[in-house]
Amino acid sequence: MPMKTRQGAALERKKFFADPAMVTTIALLAVLLALFILYPLAMLLMDSVHVQETETILLETVLSGDADIKYETDESGRKSVRVLDSKNKENLIALDDLTGAYGSLFVKNGRAIRDGDTIDPAKTYIKFDKNYWTLDAFPRIFKDYTFNNAFFNTLKLGMITSFGAVIVGLLFAYVDCYVSVKSRIIKKMFDVVSTLPVVSPPFVLSLSMILLFGRGGLITRKLLGIYDSDVYGLSGIAIVQILTFFPVCYMMLKGLLKNIDPSMEEASRDMGASRWKVFTTVTLPLMLPGLGNAFLVTFIESVADFANPMMIGGSYDTLATTIYLRITGGSYDTTGAAAMAVVLLSITLVLFLIQKYYLEAKTAATLTGKASRARVAITDNSVRIPLTTICSVISAFVILMYIAIPFGALFKLWGRDYSLSLKWFEQLFRDDGFKAFKDSFILSIIAAPITALLSMIISYLVVKKKFHGRGAIEFISMLAMAVPGTVLGVGFIRGFARGVFRTGLLQGIYGSGLILVIVFVIRSLPVGTRSGISALRQIDKSIEESAYDLGAGSTKVFTSVTLPLIKDSFLSGLVTTFVRSITAISAIILLVTPRYLLITCRINEFAEKGAYGVACAYATILIAIVYAAILLMNLCIKYMGTSRRTKVKEID
Amino acid sequence: MISKQKKGVRLDQISKIYIDPKTNKKFYAVNNVSLTIEPGSFVTLLGPSGCGKTTTLRMIAGFESPDEGEIYLGDQPINALMPNKRDTAMVFQSYALFPHYNVYDNVAYGLKLRKVPKDEMNLRIKRILDLVELSGMESRMTNQLSGGQQQRVALARAMVVEPSVLLFDEPLSNLDAKLRVSMRTEIRRIQQTLGITAVYVTHDQAEAMAISDKIIVMNKGVIAQMGTPREIYHHPVSEFVADFIGEVNFLTGNIVKTDGSKCTLKIAEHEVIVDNPDSFPVGKECKVVLRPEAAILADAGALPCKVVLSCFMGAYQNYHVMVGNTLVKLADYCPVGRKTYEVGDTAFLSFREGCVHML
Ligand SMILES: Nc1ncnc2c1ncn2[C@@H]1O[C@H](COP(=O)(O)OP(=O)(O)OP(=O)(O)O)[C@@H](O)[C@H]1O
Ligand SMILES: [Mg+2]
Repeated sequence: MPMKTRQGAALERKKFFADPAMVTTIALLAVLLALFILYPLAMLLMDSVHVQETETILLETVLSGDADIKYETDESGRKSVRVLDSKNKENLIALDDLTGAYGSLFVKNGRAIRDGDTIDPAKTYIKFDKNYWTLDAFPRIFKDYTFNNAFFNTLKLGMITSFGAVIVGLLFAYVDCYVSVKSRIIKKMFDVVSTLPVVSPPFVLSLSMILLFGRGGLITRKLLGIYDSDVYGLSGIAIVQILTFFPVCYMMLKGLLKNIDPSMEEASRDMGASRWKVFTTVTLPLMLPGLGNAFLVTFIESVADFANPMMIGGSYDTLATTIYLRITGGSYDTTGAAAMAVVLLSITLVLFLIQKYYLEAKTAATLTGKASRARVAITDNSVRIPLTTICSVISAFVILMYIAIPFGALFKLWGRDYSLSLKWFEQLFRDDGFKAFKDSFILSIIAAPITALLSMIISYLVVKKKFHGRGAIEFISMLAMAVPGTVLGVGFIRGFARGVFRTGLLQGIYGSGLILVIVFVIRSLPVGTRSGISALRQIDKSIEESAYDLGAGSTKVFTSVTLPLIKDSFLSGLVTTFVRSITAISAIILLVTPRYLLITCRINEFAEKGAYGVACAYATILIAIVYAAILLMNLCIKYMGTSRRTKVKEID
Repeated sequence: MISKQKKGVRLDQISKIYIDPKTNKKFYAVNNVSLTIEPGSFVTLLGPSGCGKTTTLRMIAGFESPDEGEIYLGDQPINALMPNKRDTAMVFQSYALFPHYNVYDNVAYGLKLRKVPKDEMNLRIKRILDLVELSGMESRMTNQLSGGQQQRVALARAMVVEPSVLLFDEPLSNLDAKLRVSMRTEIRRIQQTLGITAVYVTHDQAEAMAISDKIIVMNKGVIAQMGTPREIYHHPVSEFVADFIGEVNFLTGNIVKTDGSKCTLKIAEHEVIVDNPDSFPVGKECKVVLRPEAAILADAGALPCKVVLSCFMGAYQNYHVMVGNTLVKLADYCPVGRKTYEVGDTAFLSFREGCVHML
């Protein structure tokens, strides 16, 4: 019996198009995502396989018939080239006639440099515009020393950092979930440490690393008396990156460990396995996909990181910094930078795909459901004391690094004069510090609601609506997570510097504040969308259906039912975007023009110059702003969020 | 309260095809269903899990689109209408109350969308909350209500917009047994008060019997039988329907003689005379549909049997007897004054007049 589903599909389509608000939203969204995510990346890709350059060829060579241009034959069978006359009219002219007298000679796609009554083939050059596709750029950059060096540096750094971050994260997660930690202070410290690096500006740790361990470092020089300590380079970046990224691993792995049913491990203990044996034979194998997941997430972050290698890398160049230097360093080698950006993008993209489509599914498959009972915490001192000590030391270290920043701003001259003064802050405001804060603040505050709303709309469409291209919209908005900021920055330069497809369309946004806001939005969209999607998945679909059923259109349903129900997610999207934007550097440092001063770029500049006092002053105020924002969000969620409902007292 | 014209619902050869996510094969979740629901009547879709009840209901509401056929609300074809443009209101199994609104705002939601003037809105909400006995709870949040109260808010919210058709998808399945019984009576009372057309989905046959004007028994996407509760119980058209509604025994026999409206049936080597309303011919093998209360045990009769279980249940005496090789379960209501048979006794089955149905 043939089954026809055509009517059903047609009706669905009819109903879909009877909802103009939604159709418009989806169309608009598709255009935005295509224009600001896909298009810049596509331009990068195109740049790396497409040659568009001008070559100057000696007329003699053209005449010899061996030049790398297109030869044709005219009606009498003579070898010819296409020539434009001064009126831009095309003529097919035989080679024999080329040297004849032409007042002004134009060859198609080219132009005679010297013209005159007669042309001397040995002295005349013709410029040809070359315009063709090739894969040559890749072998070429792989022969390039700078690139090669950066490439392997990046991978090496990624490996070291991800290993380190996963191990430290696992340690913290294990202690958190398995070991009985009695001290309140230590517990509090873990909490602080796990959230600090996640929300702080990316280069804060680098800055304090230099302050504490650099040549004039407080610890190295003052305490240990080492005068030639060198934090710049691989070890410096690796330490800073590990400390920056391990909290994410910690949170991911903690989630996993919480879901392991303790009775599984107890069964193994019961059969005589030691604690170490239980860990290696039960816990670890169960976590393997999750560990892989954490590893890849860190790897992507590390490879994409721009700020830390920039600040503390010294001569250790990574792809991100090399690309940046290629573009800003005077050579303006945008094609080379584009090819490198494509390589960097390929690395992160492949890892992202593995992580998202293979490991995430596997993690979910091996660990389903909740643990049935609470775990009996380990009180055995031979396990407890060493593990707790290691974690405490790491925590104390991270906290120390944060404390160093405000002091860096308050000490008169770090390394020499440790007396307190406000002179760096004064200098900051005497300088154009105020404008930097204003610009950063305004741009970020504009980006925040746009991103929050956009990501809620995307989540709503992805979770609750059926339409073609839904998967594509989800994928593209998540894709931005895998695109390193530097790559996005280069993409925007290639894509918009001369307008869309080099037509001048939208060229106005290039160099404007708008493009910065757009970059902020794109960079935060995946985070907001992810949180929106998981919030929406928990809402029974019949709640929205009943609103439809009572006569609400999709816009009304979204504003009156969906959005209020995911208010928490919206609020956190708002603040996350604000925080991420005001601390962002990698993409915007390539796009910012002198019209706008951004805090992060200022910090970078001052740190480059060695003016750590001012850099610290900026960073201190930035941290304060970020924390104020997060505090405000928590207050809002507490008093206005969706959880409030349950707290209302019984009325009767 | 209902001022506008009542509307019925008509499904004309409706089919819905889904793709089984496991095998990736298409199958009919609803297959060629045609039915007419009279204005103002209460119709129940009854059937085992997965038979397509919810799918049918959701097609009427507009959440799913039929792959074949046309749905009419009154005389108007509504296939291409979006759910929010259909004059239906649904009561969901999970109630689907808006958790960020209080009772009043939940009920007011549909009225606000219809731009009902403030005064009229207040009046209608007050009246409907009186009807569902929730007056005074207007400002409660929905999580401060009991299951039954939430259910009534859902009911009020759907009814206050005065839809042409009310749709219910197992609205009582989250309630405990006792509340279920009182709520179903309530739903029926309110529906009759307002005279709204109602389509009700359940897989609880007792519930269906208790509230419906008409029951539609579904099985594997098709309609197995349509009729009043009485017809379905006493005259099931198939073993499936007979078995699904209430307790039933089947006895197989051959017609050996017909005589007007009666016929002689040979069951397990014994001949019995029964009604033959369908005029089955001689030689036909028949299934006798025997409800537990449709026969009693006696000391004499045509069909001998052996008692294998005898058990006092209060309201009735429960017997299991063997007729030939077939086990028959009987319920003898009001056994007072009649002989009680014990295990091992031989007795005779005596069919009650007009209670035996043949397939
Ligand atoms: N969206 C869907 N995609 C694929 N199959 C579906 C979908 N929705 C329902 N089905 C299938 O269609 C069939 C009918 O489903 P339906 O929900 O109508 O059953 P039901 O009669 O309401 O059952 P229950 O009493 O369990 O609620 C089932 O086999 C179900 O698995
Ligand atoms: Mg159902």
